Parts: sequence; structure tokens; C-alpha cells
Amino acid sequence: MSSDVNNSEPLVKIRNLRFCRGERAIFDGVDIDIPRGGITAIMGPSGTGKTTLLKLIGRQLHPESGTIEVDGQDIHRLSTRELYELRMRMGMLFQSGALLTDLNVYDNVAYPLREHTRLPESMVRKLVLMKLEAVGLRGARKLMPSELSGGMARRVALARAIALDPMMIMYDEPFTGQDPISKGVLVELIREVNQASRLTSIVVSHDVEETAAIADVIYVISNGKVVARGPSDEVANSDAPWVKQFMRGLPDGPVPFHFPACDLEQDLLGS
Amino acid sequence: MIDRLASLGRIGLGSLERLGRGHLLLFGIIGGLSDMVRRPRLLIAQTHSVGVLSILIITVSGLFVGMVLGLQGHYILSQFGAEETLGVMVAASLVRELGPVVTALLFAGRAGSALTAEIGLMKATEQLSGLEMMAVNPIKRVLTPRFAAGVISMPLLAAMFSAVGVIGGYFVGVGLLGVDDGAYWSQMQAKIDLREDVFNGIIKSLVFGVVCSWIALFQGYDATPTSEGVSRATTRTVVHSALAVLGLDFVLTALMFGED
Repeated sequence: MSSDVNNSEPLVKIRNLRFCRGERAIFDGVDIDIPRGGITAIMGPSGTGKTTLLKLIGRQLHPESGTIEVDGQDIHRLSTRELYELRMRMGMLFQSGALLTDLNVYDNVAYPLREHTRLPESMVRKLVLMKLEAVGLRGARKLMPSELSGGMARRVALARAIALDPMMIMYDEPFTGQDPISKGVLVELIREVNQASRLTSIVVSHDVEETAAIADVIYVISNGKVVARGPSDEVANSDAPWVKQFMRGLPDGPVPFHFPACDLEQDLLGS
Repeated sequence: MIDRLASLGRIGLGSLERLGRGHLLLFGIIGGLSDMVRRPRLLIAQTHSVGVLSILIITVSGLFVGMVLGLQGHYILSQFGAEETLGVMVAASLVRELGPVVTALLFAGRAGSALTAEIGLMKATEQLSGLEMMAVNPIKRVLTPRFAAGVISMPLLAAMFSAVGVIGGYFVGVGLLGVDDGAYWSQMQAKIDLREDVFNGIIKSLVFGVVCSWIALFQGYDATPTSEGVSRATTRTVVHSALAVLGLDFVLTALMFGED
């Protein structure tokens, strides 16, 4: 766990966030602080809006009300130019990797450098190889995205996300669908990248064990509200029934095992 | 009754909303043209994919259409003893109408559907979102070069279609049916007007290029990001493009060749 969590002004400050899809409120009065220099986990069951939260922080979606400040700037009030300048300092790792399928691994990692800097190609090459070395895929630089496994694609996407040395990275379900070795590699990479680059990480996940192992702070979201927040071990050992059921993966509890039905005896006897 | 009216209203509002989104996208695409000039490699790559790879289907189709025109034209003209004007008939039909229209229909089926599927899949696999989060505008970087490539390619492909069609008509008319070689070419040279026929054909092609590329890109960009959504969007591209090309062809023909 990172010991560099900075107690100063949070990097991301979400206040009274409300976001709806149709009639359904995904978030209703959510307050979240993402501290600088640490790993913050946003957890919750599937369909609770964790990915939506990352898209709101990156302004790919707009909230109904409330504010989201990133590095002191209200992201939903920025001009397009200011937004793009801020996004250059934000990295995002999509669940699918979101690699450009017509470019090989090397060109994918070089893409943001070529787009946003005027570095000579020799310097781009050095930077790309260093980033790929950091994720252990320097030898795979000539492969196309279709030739990569899911875990490798996410590692390439991570190398691309850190290419411009951002101040923060948002990870969208980084462990979903990964085998134990890939999970272990990704857990280690997220921790190492966070410490080595001194950046702020937001990990959205419902893989409790892996996420709790690296997170400094955990937020648990359910039904549009934050139901638990605090240091990782505190939330992991919470006695609140819902949080306890989620964090320990208990089959029955406030979220019942049985779908609501009439009495079993009556049902069997057909009366 | 009220429910039916309400659903009718919803459909109308939905269509207007889509039309609005389509126009906003078009403005965004056009706004990216100046940016694209600084990155000509993107345009060259897309012109290859959209235009060069369509040449085969366009030229083969043009050849057969020209041959059919030669056959049908000779059959009708010979009844009036006017076989020598076959060249004019073939060329005028191709340059004014069939070249731009059939090329646009083939373009929508070959390149338009491919554009929609490509953009739709880029959306479904979060590549467009990924570009946005890398502070790269996907409309300028991905859509504008494809749009420009479509607009540039269409008149060139239509010109190829017409040229190959004229040769196809020559093979059948002169080679098989015995129309006089000199009459075929000289009548064509005398009667086909550069401004009236050729330029108007080019203008039609340019308009069809804008419309077909716009429809294809919008359908891809606006597609529901699922396999079913992309499949539906691809179908819509072909249907909407075909209808738009045929409808616009009537309007343009009336404006260009109507009674003065």
C-alpha cells in the first residue's frame, strides 16, 4: 500500500453528484474525495455505475447536478481547449484496453506522444521502449492488438496511459476476466506505477481481494449512494451488514439469496 | 388515440433529434478539415481504403453497364436508322446519370457500409472513447479524413465508371454490332458538352460523395455499441444512401437540365 497519500486538497472532489439514465438515478447526492498520491478504489456490485463515475470524472458524460473538480478545476465548466489540456494529464485504462486495432503495440504507445509532443522519432522510440519495459512487453512491440491476450492488451493500454506521465490514472475494472497470473501482474503493475510515477490512481472494480490489497482508500457504492468509505482495512473489516456481505462475498444477507416468492410449503402443496 | 398521437410525436421528435445530431457531426467533420491538411498521411491512407479499393467493382460494373447500353441503344436507334448516334447516347447516359448515380450506389454498398462498420466497431470497442480520453478529438482525427476521402474519391470513381462504360459501349456497338467506328467517337465529341454534361456530372458526384460519406459516418458514430446495433447501422447506411442518392439525383437533374 502506498504511504504517500497526501492529506492536502484532494485531486478529485465530487460534491452532491446526481446522474440519471432515463428515470433511474445512478447517483443521487454522492460526495467523493480522491486524495493525491494514493490508490482509491471505487467498489460496488455490477450495474451500480462505477464505470459511469469514471466517465463523469473524464467528462465523457454530464451530470444532472453537482460538481466534479479535478485538480481544482470544475471539469464540466471547462472550455474544450481547457478540457483537452486537462485530459492530457489524465490517463484512463478501459476494460477492453481500447487499443487502436489498426496500429501495432509500439505505435499504440507512441500515439499520444506523436499527437501531443514534437519530440523527434528517436526520443519517441526511447520513451515507448521504456514504457513497454515497465509493463514487461518490450518484446511484444511488433504485435498487433488482435494477437494479444486480454491481460497483455491491458498492460499495453497502461503503457499508453502513462506515456505522457499523467497526474492520475483511472482504471476501469482492470481485473475482470483475468486469470490469476494476469491478475497478480496487474495488481503489481498498478502498485508499482503509482509509486514510481507518484501519481494518483482510481481503481473501479468489484474484485474485492485484489483491489483491497492495493487500495489506500475504499469507497463502496450501492443504489446511487456511498454506503461505506474509509481506509482499506477499515472498510474491509466493517460490521455494517451490507458492506460485510459485499466485502466478504457472503451468499445471503441484506442482498437476499432468494428472489422474493410466496411460502415454499404453500407453493409445493399448490394451495 | 392519444397514445397513437403520442407515439407519432415521439417518432417525429426522435427523427428531428437524429437529424440535429447528424448536422452537428457534419459541422464537426467540416471543422476538422483545416486540421487534416497538416496531416496528409491520414487522408492518403483513407483515400486508398475508400477509393482505390473500390476501383475494381466500379470499373467492372461500368464495363457491363456500358455494354448493356450499347446493346439496348443499338436496338432502339437502329429502328430509326440512327445507329451512328450510339456513342452520344452511351456517353450522355453515363456522364449525366448512370456514372454518378450507379457509382454512388456501389460506393454506398462497398465503402459506405465498411465505414459504418469500422466506426461502429471503434465505438463498441471504446477506441473512440479512448481517443477522447487521450485528448484527441475522434471526429477530427478519425471521421474527417474518411469524409474527405469519400468526397474526393466519388467524382474520380464516377469518371472511371463513365470512361470504362464508354469503352464497353464501343466493344458492343462497334465491335459486335457494326456501328461505324468514326461515327461513334465523332458524334460523341460533337454532342457531349463539357459544361452542360461533364461538369454537371461532376457536381452530382461531389454532392453524392458528401451525402454518402456523411450518412455512413453518422450511422457508425451514432450506432448502438453492440454487434446488433452495428449491423443495423450498416443496413441503414446502404438504404438511406440509396434513397438519398436517387432522390437528390431527381432534384439535381431538374435543376441542371430542366427547361430554361
